Amino acid sequence: MSPLRISHYTATSCLGTGLAATLAALENERSGLAACDFETVSLETQIGRVAGVDAVALAPHLRAFDCRNNRLAQLGLEQDGFMAAVEASAARWGRERMGVFIGTSTSGILETEIAFRARDSLGGDLPADFDYEHRQNSFSVSDYVRRRLELTGPAASLCTACSSSAKAFAVAQRLIDANLIDAAVVGGVDSLCLTTLYGFQALQLMARAACRPFDRGRDGLSIGEAAAFALIERAPPATRAADEADAETIFLLGAGESSDAHHMSAPHPEGAGARMAMQRALDAAGLTPAAIDYINLHGTGTPSNDATEARAVGSLFGTDTPCSSTKAATGHTLGAAGALEAVICLLVLRYGVLPAGLNLTELDPQCPINYLTRMRRASPVTALSNSFGFGGVNCALLFGRGVPV
Amino acid sequence: MRRLAAAIEGIGVLGPGLDSWLSTAAVLTGARAYEPARTILPAPSALPSAERRRAGRVIKLALAVAAEAVAQAGRPARSLPSVFASSGGDGDNCHEICTALTETERSISPTRFHNSVHNAAAGYWSIANGCTEGSVTLCAYDGSFAAGLLEALSQVAQSHAPVLLVGYDSDYPPPLQLHRRIPDAFGLSLLLAPVDSTRALATLHAGLSPQPPSRLAHPALEALRLDIPAARGLPLLERLAHGGAGVIALDYLDTVRLAVEIDA
Repeated sequence: MSPLRISHYTATSCLGTGLAATLAALENERSGLAACDFETVSLETQIGRVAGVDAVALAPHLRAFDCRNNRLAQLGLEQDGFMAAVEASAARWGRERMGVFIGTSTSGILETEIAFRARDSLGGDLPADFDYEHRQNSFSVSDYVRRRLELTGPAASLCTACSSSAKAFAVAQRLIDANLIDAAVVGGVDSLCLTTLYGFQALQLMARAACRPFDRGRDGLSIGEAAAFALIERAPPATRAADEADAETIFLLGAGESSDAHHMSAPHPEGAGARMAMQRALDAAGLTPAAIDYINLHGTGTPSNDATEARAVGSLFGTDTPCSSTKAATGHTLGAAGALEAVICLLVLRYGVLPAGLNLTELDPQCPINYLTRMRRASPVTALSNSFGFGGVNCALLFGRGVPV
Repeated sequence: MRRLAAAIEGIGVLGPGLDSWLSTAAVLTGARAYEPARTILPAPSALPSAERRRAGRVIKLALAVAAEAVAQAGRPARSLPSVFASSGGDGDNCHEICTALTETERSISPTRFHNSVHNAAAGYWSIANGCTEGSVTLCAYDGSFAAGLLEALSQVAQSHAPVLLVGYDSDYPPPLQLHRRIPDAFGLSLLLAPVDSTRALATLHAGLSPQPPSRLAHPALEALRLDIPAARGLPLLERLAHGGAGVIALDYLDTVRLAVEIDA
């Protein structure tokens, strides 16, 4: 594939709104996880909740879209001058030449969950203001973003569970490569809801305290929420040489996709699918494992994910490549995790900060990888981000600063 | 206008009164009268027994139409990357979870939870066929089929290899049924390959276009097209059933449609 320029990006999670807060948290090894106080949930666990979501107001003409997930999307769009950057890109390419591809796993299901509670007193139907299309349906968040940004090109929500928003990058890249569009807003938005909190509880995959990825005593994941966006653009021939000369320009170099074909909610025991996704990302970029400077692991903190991912990483990269999971800081933001961790990789490349994997007491001896337990300053040129989802759907994204030779 | 090209090597259809591509083609050409009846979903025999027990209506639907297209093309399913396009995923499963969450215990079964992901059908398909190739599941509300076709065509363009596209949607039970009025299940699958295929049933070229979506002449079939998101792909099937060259437009978004030209 041809490298695509990442011309602007932003992230909002429990670490804070926007890049500065996110970077400061990574530099200071700070986690945003806290005891679960969400809605009516009574579970002994920690969550990564974004402050201020409920106070966000959508534009009046888009009120039909009002739900927690789209409020989170709006909060995310407002950070780091992202909307202005999209506007400048639209002026360059044309609105019909820009796509919108957002990953989400639960969209606005929270409002449906709450509406179901109101049923009995209303004779079985949902409340009169219930709006399936603009809130619950998975397309809601992509539709909201495309309308808010007034982009008229192709759009879709990517819904491959916890790899959803990594897939968004791959899908947009293909359409740009095929010359159907010139640029795209890609990202992930997933917000807290009861389905995922009680669902992971049912699977006994939720940590009681804050999650501890790759720790010997890890006991599950912590759920978070996030909105992360990137503006990816074709590098015009006229400026391509200039980009290549500019070592600070960041590119999407490759995406690798695979399926486990093993089990709906448990990873392949040897991590075969995870390894194939990483290998394909390397192949797409024309790079060898030795050329990778940092890996942001999927690293959910469940016993099976971390063990199989370590096997996959170890078999492909050996034990030297610095890697960490940032989910002990952000929580597992599910459908937004791919985009959030992609943006963390962009910060890694831009600011030379390799994030620490937090909450680690003792590295699991079954996971012989170079797991960073302290933040490290370095000059990485390439970073790989792993995302794996239920259904065994895997996606690895490879980013680079400058165009590596 | 830039367009994407692919050969169609296989087609699968299942819907109200429609039990295969052959019978659907006969209805679309008028050779056979359309007799609407509740969609009959076959048991997913390709799945291991544990997964078969866990498969709901929408999974049976997706797996059945996918298998028909793959069988017609005569390609091994395990070698095919896939694109699954659905507006709503598994409506029954969603209803059960939302209902369970109203109860004091809020007890969700693990199977219900992992079936709640939008890509559940794709996951079952990959397990059933031992397919480790990449798989995309996407949603664009009523335009989901066109969004899926666009993604599948861009995969063919990038990989120069065959790709399986599966569009499928099923009904929600009440009360969601009142707010998302999908009356029944409909699935449409295409096996797409590079244009140099030796097994092509037809060749298509597709591009983005502002032109309005094509309608079907038959009133009941036009109603079906509007009622079930995956059935928005029917104008393409009608064109293919008649044979010969032609151009149709598939519904996608309010701002853009997918114009598809079929070569003779």
